[in-house]
Amino acid sequence: MNNKLSLLYRKDGTQKFLSSLIAILLGMVFGSVLIAIVGATNPDIGGKGILDGIKLVFLGLFSTGTKNGALTFGFNPTLFGDMLFRATPLIMTGLSVAVSQKTGLFNIGAPGQYLMGTLASLMIALSIPTTTVPPAVVWLLAFLGGCLAGALWGAIPGLLKAFLNINEVLACIMTNWIAANLVTLLFDIGKFSIFTGAQTSAMGDPIVLHGSFKNLIESTKSAYIYKTTYNNVATPKLGLDKLLPGSQVNGGILIAIAIAVLVYIIIHKTTFGYQLKACGANRHAARYAGIQDKRNIVFSMAIAGCLAGAGAALYWLSGNTEFAWQTYQSLPAVGFNGIPVALLAINNPIGVIFSGILMAMLNIIGTRLTALTSYNEYITDVIIAAIVYLSAFALMIRMWLSGSNKKKMLAFKPAAVNPEPPKPAETEKPVEAIKPPEDPAPVVSENQEGGAQV
Amino acid sequence: MSFLIQQTLLYSIPLMIVALAGVFSERSGVINLALEGIMIMGAFIGVIATRSLQSLQIFVDAQASGNWAMLQLMELMIMLIAAFAGAVFSLLLSYSAINLRADQTIGGTALNLLAPAICLFLIRVIANQNTLGMENGSSPADWFMIKRSTLGIDPMQKLDFFTETFVVKNYLATYICIIIFVIMAIILYKTRFGLRLRACGENPQAAASLGINVFKMRYAGVTISGALAGMGGFVYAMTTQNCTSNGDVAGFGFLALAVMIFGNWKPLNIAFASLIFGFFKCIAASYSTLDINGDGVYFLRDTIKVSPYLYMMMPFVITLIVLSLTSKNSRAPKAEGIPYDKGMR
Repeated sequence: MNNKLSLLYRKDGTQKFLSSLIAILLGMVFGSVLIAIVGATNPDIGGKGILDGIKLVFLGLFSTGTKNGALTFGFNPTLFGDMLFRATPLIMTGLSVAVSQKTGLFNIGAPGQYLMGTLASLMIALSIPTTTVPPAVVWLLAFLGGCLAGALWGAIPGLLKAFLNINEVLACIMTNWIAANLVTLLFDIGKFSIFTGAQTSAMGDPIVLHGSFKNLIESTKSAYIYKTTYNNVATPKLGLDKLLPGSQVNGGILIAIAIAVLVYIIIHKTTFGYQLKACGANRHAARYAGIQDKRNIVFSMAIAGCLAGAGAALYWLSGNTEFAWQTYQSLPAVGFNGIPVALLAINNPIGVIFSGILMAMLNIIGTRLTALTSYNEYITDVIIAAIVYLSAFALMIRMWLSGSNKKKMLAFKPAAVNPEPPKPAETEKPVEAIKPPEDPAPVVSENQEGGAQV
Repeated sequence: MSFLIQQTLLYSIPLMIVALAGVFSERSGVINLALEGIMIMGAFIGVIATRSLQSLQIFVDAQASGNWAMLQLMELMIMLIAAFAGAVFSLLLSYSAINLRADQTIGGTALNLLAPAICLFLIRVIANQNTLGMENGSSPADWFMIKRSTLGIDPMQKLDFFTETFVVKNYLATYICIIIFVIMAIILYKTRFGLRLRACGENPQAAASLGINVFKMRYAGVTISGALAGMGGFVYAMTTQNCTSNGDVAGFGFLALAVMIFGNWKPLNIAFASLIFGFFKCIAASYSTLDINGDGVYFLRDTIKVSPYLYMMMPFVITLIVLSLTSKNSRAPKAEGIPYDKGMR
């Protein structure tokens, strides 16, 4: 049993998982320290305020409110549902970053691709009248439009990288800000006119949406685009709202998970995925092996863009979100947060599901802090930023985890001089080694070492 | 016309100094994507410093009696504090990029996420809103701007073009930034230190073989970069944002990155590029109020009728085009983004 545990502990995957977990915990500790410092210098907050803040940082998801001034904890379905809803775009942008990373490209352009996806899906969802076309078809068209727009936007840095060898990070930064201004520009001047049928105004008249995409019907909402529910377009709830009452959850999360599994299969089980990874490992070697490296780089970025665009479509077509169209000053945080999501999952598409949900949990924690204490939701961003920064140390954490052979790993990392593995190998491996004597292939290097040591 | 030149300068100067910050870092071999984050930090600390200095009796008296030399000294002090804050914040990047040999892009992104988060978190705690300005709603125009009254010029007097454009309604910070830009450019090209710094960005192994400490040089590059960017961040906030900090410099740091690429990592080209990009930014900002020949017609809004967002988009489009045209003979430092490894050759 002990042996099995230590074997599991030594597995590469386990150590990656543990190093991610440690990064998250350290991020939360950093957030708590900041809370404590701010609380200590601010007399209004006091010791109890600090304690409440730190409690919420770690247990915010289970917060149910306050009773007699004390925080109460328990299962809160609303928070769980909201977490899943917010996780949907994060999983998608995380996948976007992870897929490009597999091809050795750093997709910092997810915010721009996300914005282009938003533009396309919202414009399609609002300008096809559901009085003549079934809402489900409009939803599907809008979703596909979002994917396509994101894919095209992602393909630009891909093309520049493949054919002109321009650093994709720089190209992505430029396309991000072009998108930020372009989206504002097009929503500002965009015109459409549809009769929405089912909805009626306060006076009982049927609503005809016309003029611009800006919400001019509700007062003080002109900085926002119409909700897609004005055109009866919304992601189906699929019964999830019954399961988690009072929350914004919808079928989008299931679609996101399905896409993550699909991406996993494509990357790990198909020739195409293998080609992508080969280009990431060594572009020149891949070309030598007959893989079209340029085509694969463009495809990789286009898929990354497609995923980010799909994330935008899933979020904005939900029916309960309003898009603030003046994006020219700042890029959507969801896009950038795809980077920590992918980093924590070590670019594994299945891992992205969990790290995406975790990031969403941090988001929920932020809203609880704002609601229940004198702190605010920006502590979430601090924690996320700390996690990104710490993931730069991931290698160091992994070395620290592997314990006593730290110094040797620091100096170099030849696995052959690793003195640790032989112990478990001695108890289990010899049986296998005896069984196939006719097999000439030296299967594991560990066996040879074990033999050498004995 | 003077208005247009003045406004263009207001946007160009911080852009120029921050782009030079990028050059110092990249020429030493470290990609500094964190320019935006460092600017945000510099602006925030600068505003905090302004608020605390404002309450000192000596400066209150100076402002009340119109002692402009004292006030300009205060402005300089705040610029220094902002530069110091930027330098300290950039140490986070140097530590991860140089000591831990981590991915510089990810390190820079982390700083870009961290700066607005910490600033907004603290601003909300301090001011209970999302923007932090000067104390008692005063503005930098009351405190730091060079006005007719500061120079003792009669309000009705007709001024010559030079005074009208480059003296009245300007900030001393603008000219200090230009001087610093020139000095730093000379340091980069004409001193032993500058040559060594550039060598570390082109071929660190060769530099090390001649006894140059690459670690120290890269630390110097990133720290200088941080100081310049932090100062630029505060100057930007003071001159164009009415000395407020809201955890955001509207992509100005990334624009500076674009300027640096457009200027091909060379100071003179950068000065030129920042004027062009600053002009676009100025046009976009003064879109609806720009009246060039004073005939009451708002030229851009009523005559040309192109959306202001197009002007804001232009610098990035131009940079992308320039990137693709010059990709073959780009002067980007050869070793940028590659962690220094003694054993590698």
